[in-house]
Parts: sequence; structure tokens; C-alpha cells
Amino acid sequence: MRINRKTFLGILVSSTSTFILKSKRKVEAAWKSQAPEDPYGCLVDLTRCVGCRECEEACNNINKLPKPNFSFNDLKILDKKRRPDDKAFTIINRYYPGKMDKQDNPTPTFVKTQCMHCQDPACVSACIVGALKKNKNGAVTWEEDKCIGCRYCLIACPFQIPAYEYKNPLTPKVQKCNFCFNEISKEGGKPACANVCPMEAITFGKRKKLVEIAENKLRKNPGRYINKIYGEKEVGGTCWMYISGESFEKLGFLNLPEKPMPEITESIQHGLFSYLWSPIALFGVLAGVMRHFHLKKEKGKKTGEEESI
Amino acid sequence: MITHKPEPTHSKFWTPGVRIMTGIVALGSLFILARFFAGLGYVANFDNQHPWGIWIAIDVATGVVLSAGGFMTALIVYIFDRRYYKTLVRPALLTATLGYTFVAVGVMFDLGRYWAVWHPLIYPQVNSVLFEVGICVMFYLTVLYIEFMPILAEQYRGKVNLPGFLAKFNKPTESILSFVEEKIEKVIWIFIILGVVLSHMHQSSLGTLMLIAPTKMHQLWYSPLMPLMFLISAYAVAFPMVIFETTMATKSLQLHDEMEYLTPLSRIAMVIMGIYIVLKIADMAIRGTYTYLFDGSTESNAFMAELFLGMIIPFIMLIFKQVRNSRKLLTLIAVMIIGGVVLNRINVFLVAYNPPYAQHSYFPSFGEIIITVTFISCIMLLYRIAVTYLPILNAKKEEGK
Repeated sequence: MRINRKTFLGILVSSTSTFILKSKRKVEAAWKSQAPEDPYGCLVDLTRCVGCRECEEACNNINKLPKPNFSFNDLKILDKKRRPDDKAFTIINRYYPGKMDKQDNPTPTFVKTQCMHCQDPACVSACIVGALKKNKNGAVTWEEDKCIGCRYCLIACPFQIPAYEYKNPLTPKVQKCNFCFNEISKEGGKPACANVCPMEAITFGKRKKLVEIAENKLRKNPGRYINKIYGEKEVGGTCWMYISGESFEKLGFLNLPEKPMPEITESIQHGLFSYLWSPIALFGVLAGVMRHFHLKKEKGKKTGEEESI
Repeated sequence: MITHKPEPTHSKFWTPGVRIMTGIVALGSLFILARFFAGLGYVANFDNQHPWGIWIAIDVATGVVLSAGGFMTALIVYIFDRRYYKTLVRPALLTATLGYTFVAVGVMFDLGRYWAVWHPLIYPQVNSVLFEVGICVMFYLTVLYIEFMPILAEQYRGKVNLPGFLAKFNKPTESILSFVEEKIEKVIWIFIILGVVLSHMHQSSLGTLMLIAPTKMHQLWYSPLMPLMFLISAYAVAFPMVIFETTMATKSLQLHDEMEYLTPLSRIAMVIMGIYIVLKIADMAIRGTYTYLFDGSTESNAFMAELFLGMIIPFIMLIFKQVRNSRKLLTLIAVMIIGGVVLNRINVFLVAYNPPYAQHSYFPSFGEIIITVTFISCIMLLYRIAVTYLPILNAKKEEGK
């Protein structure tokens, strides 16, 4: 009995440890980014934004969202720290990071928030049915016909952007900015917010070009800007990027790693399950063990031992 | 060794406990109506910052891990040929079948578009951890039903007598049952191994789920070894769960206590728990997260409770032979280990999850809690019905009761 138990544990431990070691080796195999080569993007210059909320209104109109309870002319709402939700895909918040003007009044910085359209989006990697998609033109879009409403995309998004219609009992949607996919697919088209902005705070164009523009601005006006393009490297790069005169931490931006979010989970998943190698191997090992004990028992039966199944 | 065949207990069904659980199910049904006719938002405290609540953490993640007894008993009895424990296989299989059934039910409650639950079959997305979990759970539930069918065949073959208009189905049902007894039993070994393999796949992958959100997860739990720890903790909780259930069932139905199986089983549980503890502490040491241990935050307290009350103390107690031989103490240890693993799943999915933009923290609503309790009551009621009418439990009636 004692020896049997030991062999049992021995086999258990050795088979699982080979299982783990093999999988670990596989995990270390290189992960490949699936980012599009030459996507569009937007560069938001926070030093230009005056918080007029026209982009919010344009976004509301083009996406045919319900009209909010408060008017878009109401600027008091800027101080309430809002987040994009299922009825507003972009919002502007006002921050007072500490700078004073000549009259000793604090100067505000306005921050527009919307989906960042990551180059390697966590939501797309997480989605169980591929309802979220990273398009060639850079837009991260959601497909209603596939979605099952698991909300794993909300868990995955590092910017906490996707919003859910919790009060719809039958066909709730995952709602977020879709980079005005239809508009930017047209020749010369722009996202509604970039189109309407009276201050030209939002520049639409190829992402590569935008990085150059941003670098130029930072180089030429070191007094006006801090030396950082937010979104250039964060989570592997995002299509929406920001430049600012104030430190991003003071403006509600998150300090995020440069590694794309899906890298770890996708490495583990593909390391363990590509071609189903590990389940097949485990099945083989277990079948072998089962057969081994079965044969042993057959032998035992011949020499006159008991037990039936 | 007692040679005794599993048989229906034919005990009295409407006990006070059963009445209370039926009451809970009735109350829960009201909230179930609200969830399906008004929407998730009217019943649950989910919001855009906290998309998952206890329906995922408890009904799904915990439901899966506490059903691990099903594949672990199959593993030792049929694959490693420890026939001595055969008597424990059917009750564990029943728990797993019921457990996974309610995992599936729980998922249906949580999904916004529950009617599209089958979509992963036609829109596979292999980068998604959740896809693998979902498919494995679907397949494993099917395997469990197949493994369960011989029990039905054993009880009803040759005795099918449906009432009223259903009588015309007597013959087809009979032929299904004979098919099960004659054909499926020959290939059942494939399903037994498949069940073990599928369990390894999704038990571990449940631990990979939250790795997609490194910036929202507390460092005490966020480890690339999380899938391995989920798997080992499933091993670790499997036998304590069998011990707990067997004791509950034999006590409540006044059957023989089965300690001759539970005591040696607890030794295996001790070894696995030892491995789990070493892994957990090594992970903490290597990643240097012990610095968070004593900061007095909710997270560190929850982690300490998991580590000490759920892992180290029961492990130390299990070392003593007298403890393993005592029905009371063994049950207590089983409860501690189960509690520790339940807490671990709640910790990983809820306590450790702190999205930076959240305006308030999540706490389950009454509706969420009552629906979860309803599921647990349903499982217990169905367990009771099954052991009353089907050949599941093996233990003899206690003499003189």
C-alpha cells in the first residue's frame, strides 16, 4: 500500500513537472505583435484645448447617442471627473495641475478622453468571439452580431474605456469610440471630433507622421511642452497620442508599461495550447498509466487475485 | 474492506433543511425574473469599472474549482487504479456534474446576451483565454453527463415506466439505456481520461484570465505562475471537498461515516497542500511581494487569511495522525481548506482587482447574493434528490438509528 502510494505520487509529480517544464520552454518562444503597419491616429495637443465641448457634441451627433440631461454648453460639468460611458464616447475634464497665470489664478488644462485605439489592444485579445477587432486603419471596432456580453473586454482594457449597457435585458451593447470608422474609411474623411475642433487641438493623420509632428513641436517649443508623447510607447503604442504642457500624471493619465498588454496571456495560451500539444501529450501519458495498471491487474488475476471492476 | 454496492438511500425527503432551501429558491426566483426581464443593472452592482462580480468569482470560478473532486477521484481510482477509493467516485461525480451544470447556469445569468452563449463555437478567437475556458467547460460538462449516464442506466434499465402520454417514449428510453450499458461502458475510459485532460486545461486557464490586466491587479496575486497555482489549488481542494461532502451526506442521511477512506485520502491532500504552500511562498519570495504582507490593507489581510487559515494551519494539523483519524477535526480542516480556496478565487477576481479610475469599490448587491445562494441551494437539493433515488452513495445505514 505504502509503496503503491509512493509510486502514484511519483508518477503524478514527474508527469506534471515535465508538463510544466515543457510548457515553460514553449512560453518563452517569441510573441508576435499583430499591430497594423501604417494606421491612422490622432494627436491631441492639450495646450490648445479650451474645453468648449464641441467635440463631445459632434461625437454625440455622429453616433446618434441619446441627448444628455445637461446641455453641451454647460461648462460647469468639466470639473466633475467624468469617464466615457455608453452614452458619451468622449468627454472633457478640467484639471488644475498647479500653474498660475499673471493674476495669480490657477490655469486649467483640459483633457479629452476617448478610446486610445491601442496598436495591440487588450480588449481584442481578450474577446472570446472576436467581436472586437483591430482594423488596418487603426480603429478598434465592435461587432454586435458576435458579442455574447461577457465583458472580459472591460476587465482587459488598461484605459478602462469600453462601457456596457447594463440596463438592457436582451441586447446590451459594448459601447466605445470607434474612431469614426466609416468617416476615416472615406477619402479625406476625419473623425467628427477632430473635424469640429475650433482650436485645431486634434490632428488627424497617419500615426507615423503624427509622431514626427509631435517630436518637432516638442523640439521647437521646449518651454511650452514637457518632453513626452503620451501613447507613443504606452502599452506598445496607441493610435491616439497626447502632448502636454503639464506632467501627464497630474492630468489623470495612467503610468502604463511599454509592453503590450496581451503579451503574457497570449504567450501562455499559445505556448500551452498551440496544436493542442499539451492536452494530447497529457492524454497519452494518462492512457499509458491507465494501461500499465490494467495490465498489472490482468497479470495479478492470472496468479489468482480477486477484484472485479 | 466492506463489499457493498452503491444504492438509493430512500430517505425522507422533506426535512427542515430541504424546506428552507426550497424557500430560498422561491425568493431567488423573483430576482431571476428581474434579471431576465429588466436587465443586469437592476439586480447586480456591476458598473463599467467592475464588470465582473460574485457571479464570476463565486458561481463560475469557485464552482469550477470546488468541482475538482470529480476529475481527481476519477484520476486516482480509474487511471492510477486505486480501486480502494471507488466508493467515493460516484458522489464526487455527482457533485462535479451538478457543480458544472450550475457554472453553466451562472454564466448564462452573467452574460448580457445569454442567448448567444454558443457563439464561441462558430466565432472562435484563440488568443482569448476566456475562449479556451469556455470551450473546455462546454466539453467537460458533456463528458460529465456521459460519465453520469451509466448510473441512470443501472437504476432504470428494464424498469422504464413513464406516466401518461410519455409512455410512448418508454421503448426509446430503454434502448438508450441499453446502449449506454452495452456500448458506452466499453469506451468510458476515453471519457474518463478526456475529463481529466479538459479539467487540467480550464482549471489552469482560469488562473490566466486576470493576467491580461496587470495594471489593475494587486501584486500579491498577479503572478505569471497564476495558472499553475490555480491548477495545484484545484488538486489541493479536491479531496477536502470529497471529505466535506461525504461527511455532510453520511451525517445527514445517518449512514456509516466512511472514515476508512477519508483518513488515507486526507494524507494525499496533505502532500498536495504542502506543494501548494511551497509554490505560493516561493512565488512571493521570487517576486519580492512579501513587502505587501504586513501593510494592513484589505488586500494584505485577505492574502494572509488565505495563506494561514486556508493553507498553513490546516496543513500543520493534517500532519498529526490523531487529527486525520478524527471525523470532527478532519471535517474542520476540510472546511478550512475549502474556505481558503474559495477566498483565493474571490481575492483574485474581486479583492485584487482595483481599476485605477474606479470611483467606488464593488460590493455584491442583495440580488447577486440571493441568486448565488439560490444556485447553491439548488445544487444541494438536487444532490439530495439524486442520492435518494439513484445508486450514488455506498455507505451502509448506521445500526440502531
